[in-house]
Amino acid sequence: MNITNLTLTELAAKFQSGELTSRAITEAFIKNIEAHDSDINAFVNTTFDLAREMADAADSRYQNKTLLSPLDGIPMDLKDVVSTQEAPTTASSKILENYIPPFDATVWQKLKAAGVVLLGKTNTDEFTMGASTETSAFGVTKNPHNTQKVAGGSSGGPAASVAAEFSAGSIGTDTGGSIRQPASFCGVTGLKVSYGRVSRWGTIPMASSLDTIGPIAKTAQDCALILQTIAGQDPKDSTTSDKPVPDYLAGLGKSLAGMTIGIPKEYIVDGIDPEVLNTFNATKAICEELGAKLVDISLANTKYAVPTYYIIAPAEISANMSRFDGIRFGTLPDGTTDLQSIYKETRTQGLGDEVKRRILIGGYALSAGYYDAFYRKAQKVRTLIKQDFDTAFLEVDAIITPVSPTPAFDIGENKDDPLKMYLEDIFTIPASLAGICGISTPIGKSKDGLPIGAQILGPAFTEDRILNIAHQIQLNIT
Amino acid sequence: MITQDEVRHIAGLVKLKLSGEEVTKFTDQLGTILDFFAQLQEANTDGVEETSQVTGLSNITRSDEITVDGQELALLACSPHKIENRSIKIPKVL
Repeated sequence: MNITNLTLTELAAKFQSGELTSRAITEAFIKNIEAHDSDINAFVNTTFDLAREMADAADSRYQNKTLLSPLDGIPMDLKDVVSTQEAPTTASSKILENYIPPFDATVWQKLKAAGVVLLGKTNTDEFTMGASTETSAFGVTKNPHNTQKVAGGSSGGPAASVAAEFSAGSIGTDTGGSIRQPASFCGVTGLKVSYGRVSRWGTIPMASSLDTIGPIAKTAQDCALILQTIAGQDPKDSTTSDKPVPDYLAGLGKSLAGMTIGIPKEYIVDGIDPEVLNTFNATKAICEELGAKLVDISLANTKYAVPTYYIIAPAEISANMSRFDGIRFGTLPDGTTDLQSIYKETRTQGLGDEVKRRILIGGYALSAGYYDAFYRKAQKVRTLIKQDFDTAFLEVDAIITPVSPTPAFDIGENKDDPLKMYLEDIFTIPASLAGICGISTPIGKSKDGLPIGAQILGPAFTEDRILNIAHQIQLNIT
Repeated sequence: MITQDEVRHIAGLVKLKLSGEEVTKFTDQLGTILDFFAQLQEANTDGVEETSQVTGLSNITRSDEITVDGQELALLACSPHKIENRSIKIPKVL
């Protein structure tokens, strides 16, 4: 049996029936990481000793019939912005290279309490700022399908880890597409939850009005299992919703018959790769065969989404990054004695170019004389973008689009052109601004063997619905 | 168009030190990005409210009770500076 090839759902079933021990499952993933991560660079730090201990504890619980949850004994990794007491949490930045948090993020507290085994922390663009993991201070993560290509980003480490069979599932973060796009590039499933569905407490923030945390795994069913454990209100994150958490697995059996799915014309643009378009059209046909009614819709303000996002996100970034001032974290730069030089040297030496660029954009957009023209204007356009979705969802149950206009691009291709890199998120950013949920599902491959993905968007707090649509597509795709 | 002086000014506000080469590079890149932002001005936002959050929640409060998590010293230990009297000791501000 090829253990690492199994889905998280299958592994959980085999562990709970006694067919496989957690230790055997864990060793199989460790073996893959040891053999192949030098080619992929998915992990920033591994925690194999801890993983073996946690797996043995899960096996004892199986013997004693005291299993903690459906995820008990399952080895996973976490994007390296999720605070863990057991391992450094670097945000893939030099400024936090040696930082070990004295607390656990809520999402890790929940997974640990569910019995999940931690294999390590996976790579991201520095402080999640990027679409390719090329801004990581610890090297780019390569695409397991072709190591000349990026894994996508910012959750490139988590997506590559699942695709390379280094872990059964992972936790990523998505602010403007950072779960959906790498999941698509790596041929795995990634769920961006509605804003407020999963607690962000203890996860290093980028843009606080946009950040979300969600699962990346092989299938929609796997994502449903993980979401069940991490969703819900948290008193420590006042933006979490008190809406009840539905039974996501129970929602997976529903037929698509009678469902209306919208295709926004603004997402079928000239620059779209023909192979992406053909594969997407084949997926539309599958939805129709499954009984869904497809209708053309318009999200008229889509063209403003990227500039709106790249004003609002950097504004929030410049505020969030002010905590990295050399007082509470980091190492003291040599020869700094006065406060101003501690601030400046710590940030100048510890942060990379993309982080600096976004702090500068944010500082500019919020500065006197520019606030109204940039920040206030962007917040108004954000309302228009959100209203587009509100109106569309009066008519349709869900929306389906490509995740990205192209399959994974070459490492280095966009590195010196920040604007081109920002435009990579053109199809994922609008949903982030609206705070709604979206799932990225693999729908095929290009002739060069690169994965292609579709994104299914639903109204806020309809994760059950979009997980089911992705699940139905996954069951019926050839 | 953003000027090199403006980039230097903003860098000062956000506490970053830029070399001459970096000022040139960031001025060029920020110029391109800000030009791209200009298209937002076409959008008609007359009478449109601003969206600063999308939770649908308002005024989330908790009871005013002190909770002790016992982590003060561990949090202080993350600092690269001297710790005295349960405080981080930094160089004088003024």
